Amino acid sequence: MTEIFLTAIFADNLALSFFLGICTFLAVSQRLGTAVGLGLSVILVQGVTVPLNAVIFRYLLADGALGWAGLPDIDLSFLRIIAFIGSIAATVQILEMLLDRVAPALHRSLGIFLPLITVNCAILGGSLFMVERDYGIAESVVWGFGSGAGWALAITGFAAIRERLRYSDMPEGLRGLGGAFIVTGLMSLGFSAFGGALP
Amino acid sequence: MTRGLAHLLRPLIAENPVTRQILGICSALAVTTSMATALTMSVALTAVLCVAAAIISAIRHHVPGSVRLILQITIVASLVIVTDELLQAYAFAVSQRLSIFVGLIVTNCIVLARIESFAMRNPVGASVLDALGNGLGYSLVLLIVAAIREFCGTGGLFGVPLVATQETGGWFQPFGLMRLAPSAFFIIGLLIWAIRSLRPEQVEIPEHRLAPARGGS
Repeated sequence: MTEIFLTAIFADNLALSFFLGICTFLAVSQRLGTAVGLGLSVILVQGVTVPLNAVIFRYLLADGALGWAGLPDIDLSFLRIIAFIGSIAATVQILEMLLDRVAPALHRSLGIFLPLITVNCAILGGSLFMVERDYGIAESVVWGFGSGAGWALAITGFAAIRERLRYSDMPEGLRGLGGAFIVTGLMSLGFSAFGGALP
Repeated sequence: MTRGLAHLLRPLIAENPVTRQILGICSALAVTTSMATALTMSVALTAVLCVAAAIISAIRHHVPGSVRLILQITIVASLVIVTDELLQAYAFAVSQRLSIFVGLIVTNCIVLARIESFAMRNPVGASVLDALGNGLGYSLVLLIVAAIREFCGTGGLFGVPLVATQETGGWFQPFGLMRLAPSAFFIIGLLIWAIRSLRPEQVEIPEHRLAPARGGS
């Protein structure tokens, strides 16, 4: 379990080694504060949707999963993409309403990021990886929170670097987007070094 | 006719979805370790984008604004499932190497952005041309990056060795970093640098300027 958690944060970092959610990663990293907010929302949504999708897949979609309903021959696993997108969109909507009710202050700071997250490929990618790697329910909870935390860590670090980068004297063509890619590459190089350190 | 041609040609370099509009980068980076995967992904994305644009443009007058996003995602997701099943049926080896990234075409921002900003407002013909242009612009970047990565990483293209590597008694030492994730970031960064050097109007305006150096230090 610890192994899955640590691998999800460092060696298999969704943003830096699988390039998931890079569009948002580059677009919402101009300020450290907003990056932290987005990172927290991703941890929250990822931690809820991955286990939810694990349950949906295990008991509704996988090969023979409908055995409990007396239909053991049905394999609906090809529906997983559309089912996951639906459950993610619904979860985000519910979380938004729930946060608005329970913690209005938190909702004010995270609210604008939640709709963005529906189309963040890190979230859908996390669920699809869970299926591909055949994680159980408990493992998927750990993987969900771990991969969310890894993504949050990456965007927080990147935004902090980018705040400094703004004052640096870069070649004209590299200013902004080009430089951001090079810095992400360097960060990715650093994170991939963790791959050898883990058991 | 010239307008149609403009829809097709502008997204190739001037308005390239990857380097200019920052769309669809996730998959652009992940599948570029070899030409075979990059080409499959390009064809899959271009096909999904064109068909989705045609369908959505055709029904655009009948879609209430409040449900348009969910309708768009459903249409795109259905097309992606069809593509995924087709790939698994006819190109199983490549589809295994593409792993989850065909599925991620659903959340690829190019698809949603072109549908939402273009196909919802334009007739079918123009929408398909725009989709085709953006698909080809994306493919162009993907194939350039994949060509660099596969050639430098293995000394061949499409799995066919072009120069003899040291393992087989030649002179070429494969550049192992090119097979890892970070190299894709570096290559796209340098590609953006190259495009912006050729087209200075794309350079971003800095938020701060350095003070001029004080003379006589």
